[in-house]
Amino acid sequence: MEVPEERLTSATFEELAMPLFDQLYNFAHWLTQNRSEAEDLVQETYVKALKGFSSFQPGTNFRAWIYRILRNTFLTSRTGLKATATVPLDVDDAPEVPAGPDTPETIFIERSQQQLLQGAIEDLPLHFREVLLLCEVEEMSYQEIGEALAIPIGTVMSRLSRARKALRENLRQKLEGG
Amino acid sequence: MADDFTAKLDSYLDGELRADEIKAVGLHVRSCPACSADILSRVQLKRAVQIAGKRYAPSAEFRARVRRKIAARPRFSPVRVWLTAASTIAVLLVAGLLANYVGNQRLERRHAFSEIADLHVATLASPNPVDVVSTDRHTVKPWFQGKIPFTFNLPELSNSEFTLLGGRVVYLEQTPGAQLIYQVRKHEISVFIFQDGAVNPALREASGPLRHVSFNLQSWSDKGLRYFVIGDASGDDIRNLADLLKNAAKS
Ligand SMILES: [Zn+2]
Repeated sequence: MEVPEERLTSATFEELAMPLFDQLYNFAHWLTQNRSEAEDLVQETYVKALKGFSSFQPGTNFRAWIYRILRNTFLTSRTGLKATATVPLDVDDAPEVPAGPDTPETIFIERSQQQLLQGAIEDLPLHFREVLLLCEVEEMSYQEIGEALAIPIGTVMSRLSRARKALRENLRQKLEGG
Repeated sequence: MADDFTAKLDSYLDGELRADEIKAVGLHVRSCPACSADILSRVQLKRAVQIAGKRYAPSAEFRARVRRKIAARPRFSPVRVWLTAASTIAVLLVAGLLANYVGNQRLERRHAFSEIADLHVATLASPNPVDVVSTDRHTVKPWFQGKIPFTFNLPELSNSEFTLLGGRVVYLEQTPGAQLIYQVRKHEISVFIFQDGAVNPALREASGPLRHVSFNLQSWSDKGLRYFVIGDASGDDIRNLADLLKNAAKS
C-alpha cells in the first residue's frame, strides 16, 4: 500500500486506516486474547496513528506503519509486558527439517479440527504467533513483516521457520494428548 | 529426507524467492517425492492457518465508535455553540460552569501529556525516527542551529549507560522544539525541549516524575526552557537521564 505524496490530505487518514479495521482488530484480538482489551488496543492505535500521521512518510508502507504502532502499543500494555517476559532467542539453531508427509496438519482440512488449530496458534509464544499471523493471515511480504515488527528480514525468516516448527509440534502434542 | 531444497520450501510457498530460484525449486519438487510430500504438507498447514487465523471480527458498534473518534473535528466546539445559545439564561448556570472549568483544566493537562507520549510513540514508529543520526553531542547540538529559536546543552555520556541516537525538529501545537533520542538497555527515551512560554499552560504546571499509562515521564523548566523526558525505560533510568540533562544545562 504505497501512498503517493499528493494524496496525503487530512481526509486520507480515514481512507487509509478504516479499510484495515477488521484485520487490525483480528490481529489485536490474537495478541490480547480478550475482546475488551483488543478494542482498547485498536482504539488507542487509531488515535495515536491519527496524531502521528504527519510523521508518516508518504510513499512508504502505511499498513506496516500502523501495525507497528499497534504492536508497540501492545508491548507497553500490561498483557504485552507479560507476554514478552519469555522471548525466544533469535538464534539460527537447528537445520531445516522436512514437514513430513504424515504430520498432523494434513488432518486440518476438516472444519472440526479448526478449534484445535486455533488453540495451537494461541499457545505459541507471542513472537512466533505474530510473525505467523502476519505472514499467513495478513499475507504480508517478509519486507513488510520486517517493517511492522522492526526486525531484519533474516530474523523474519528464522522466526517464521521456528514458528511453523513450533506450531507443528503443538499440533502433534494436542493430537496425541487426546 | 531433508535435502538442499528443504530450507527453501517455505520461502517458495511464501512467494519470496527470485525467479531463477522458483524455477529450480519447481523443477526439483516434481522429481523428488520427499520434497513434493513435504510441500503438500506445508501448503495444507499454510491454508489451514490462513482460515483459522481469521477468527475475530469487530462489532459494528465498535467500528462506529472508532470512526467517530478519528473523524474530522467540527469547526465550532460544542461548548462554544452551547454558550452562545444559552447566554440568555447564563445566570442560572454560572455556578455549574465554574465547576466544569476546574475539571477541564485537569483533563487538559492529562490530554497535553498524552500528546507528548504520542510524539514519542509516533517517532519510534517512524521508519526514519531521527533527522540527524549521530551519537556525538558535538554533532547533534549544532545541527539544530537555525532550525529552532533557542539553544541547549547536551550531557557528556561517556560514564553513563545512555547512548545518544540522534535528533529531529518536532512541533507541539505549531511550536518548534528539539527531540533527542537516547537508548538505555534497549529502551528508547525521547527528550523534548521547548521554549517554556510557548507550550500549553497545562504542561507548565507540572514538574517532577509523572506517570502515564505506558511511560515514565519527567518534566521541568530551566532558564526559560521546558524539558520532557519520556520512555518505557524504568523510572530510575528516566530520572538519571533527567539529572544528566539538568547538570549539562548548568555548564
Ligand atoms: Zn527434495
